[in-house]
Amino acid sequence: MPIRISVKGIGKGFATEQGTLQVVDDFSLDVADGETVAIVGPSGCGKSTLMSIIAGFERPDRGSVGIDGVVQDGPSSRGILISQQGSVFPWLTVQQNLMFGLNGRELAEKKQLADHYAEMVGLKGFENRYPHELSGGMLKRAELARALVVKPEILYMDEPFSALDALLHLRMRNELLRILEQERHTVLLITHDVEEAIHLANRVVVLSPRPTRIQSTFEVPFPHPRRISSAPVQELRTRILRELGVEADST
Amino acid sequence: MVQLKRVLPSLAVMAAIVAAWWAIVAVGGSVVFPTPWQVVTGTAELVRDGTLWRHIGSSLFRVGAGFALAVAVAVPLGLWMGWVKGAYATLNPLFQMLRPISPIAWIPIAILWFGVGDVSPIFLIFISSVFPMVVQTTVGVHTIEKRYLRAAANFGVSRGTLFRQVVIPAVLPQVIVGMRIGLGVAWLVVVAAEMIALRSGLGYLIMDSRNAGNRYDLVVAAMVIIGMIGLLLDGLMRLLEGLKSVRWRYAH
Repeated sequence: MPIRISVKGIGKGFATEQGTLQVVDDFSLDVADGETVAIVGPSGCGKSTLMSIIAGFERPDRGSVGIDGVVQDGPSSRGILISQQGSVFPWLTVQQNLMFGLNGRELAEKKQLADHYAEMVGLKGFENRYPHELSGGMLKRAELARALVVKPEILYMDEPFSALDALLHLRMRNELLRILEQERHTVLLITHDVEEAIHLANRVVVLSPRPTRIQSTFEVPFPHPRRISSAPVQELRTRILRELGVEADST
Repeated sequence: MVQLKRVLPSLAVMAAIVAAWWAIVAVGGSVVFPTPWQVVTGTAELVRDGTLWRHIGSSLFRVGAGFALAVAVAVPLGLWMGWVKGAYATLNPLFQMLRPISPIAWIPIAILWFGVGDVSPIFLIFISSVFPMVVQTTVGVHTIEKRYLRAAANFGVSRGTLFRQVVIPAVLPQVIVGMRIGLGVAWLVVVAAEMIALRSGLGYLIMDSRNAGNRYDLVVAAMVIIGMIGLLLDGLMRLLEGLKSVRWRYAH
């Protein structure tokens, strides 16, 4: 598999009154084409900063991010960020949102593409609704569809489903797996939810507390569909949680 | 039925005020201050001889012209000041200083510059409504949430698309708030402006009724009509707030 994302020794600090606060320190990671890598870490460890840098919204102080071997110098539609807050434009309908990133095409073609992806995520019949008329889960689907429609090579997902309730969370994960089977994106997922990481990823990277760097890496060798309740999966979950400093036996 | 219940208390208060007014005038025996009924007959008189429509038309025309001019200037200016830091730093202090000056204070200057025709009140309305709209539009740009700008950057859209599909719609609810404030102030100011050296408009009607034989029934009639038209104008602006593409901002 060719390397899609190559993160080389990035570091990032912020100036505070007490001096420089080092948030990310010497972080390196390669993600292969079509791979799903989950990054888990304690809260406040700089996960979102890390994602911001990799997706091109912020510049690292040191190191570089390469996409297909080319050094990245800003965000592009080849890698779309989906964040916890969501960024579906509330002033556009679902269909207009989906067409937003489709530059330089005929209107009819844009509509057709938008409708295709609306259907894929289960929003058929809601194309002309405004976001405030949708539930939280539907809003996430719209966000996902808006990302998919521009056919990005990479999906950057920063706690994408954290704001949803447990049941919806699980359902969205299954939907995402179903979609990834059809579309084959490279996915970089940031989460604090170890179960979500194991459910979705081929590889789980555990971060250290700030300044953040890779503490350890776990392969997830189980084929899809994965049964979260099965013994090997639970055992891996316990090992990852232990790595994060949590004894999981009681849960 | 539910709606009736909601407006019932305010109708009751208005009825009580009218009743008290009537009682006080009847008991006090004032020859100048009109009873509510005299106001009604006065209004009917104005309607019958057609002067009422002429005055309303004049006032609305002045407000319409001054307000439209103010929107045309304030929205682009506000967008520019909101988007370009230097423009904000340069112009904001000036506007913050001009804004607290009552539009009434501009009347002598308006007369000096534009004489006593229609241009003076239009200028005064422009002055009074342009500042709140500039301020609201600028605030609107400054409060666009970063996640939306990030998303736009992520999809790599052109500057034109960014403005048309992100910045302007994101600011529109604030612009509408500014328009509501601006139109409210404009309606206040037109009446004041027309009291000076003009031959038409609701403000003129008030002054003229007083000067031409203490017709206080017509003074009060004009006041009530001014209030009702103001309410109507605000209602029109509120219709804009109901548009589906801006309702997200007011919903929570």
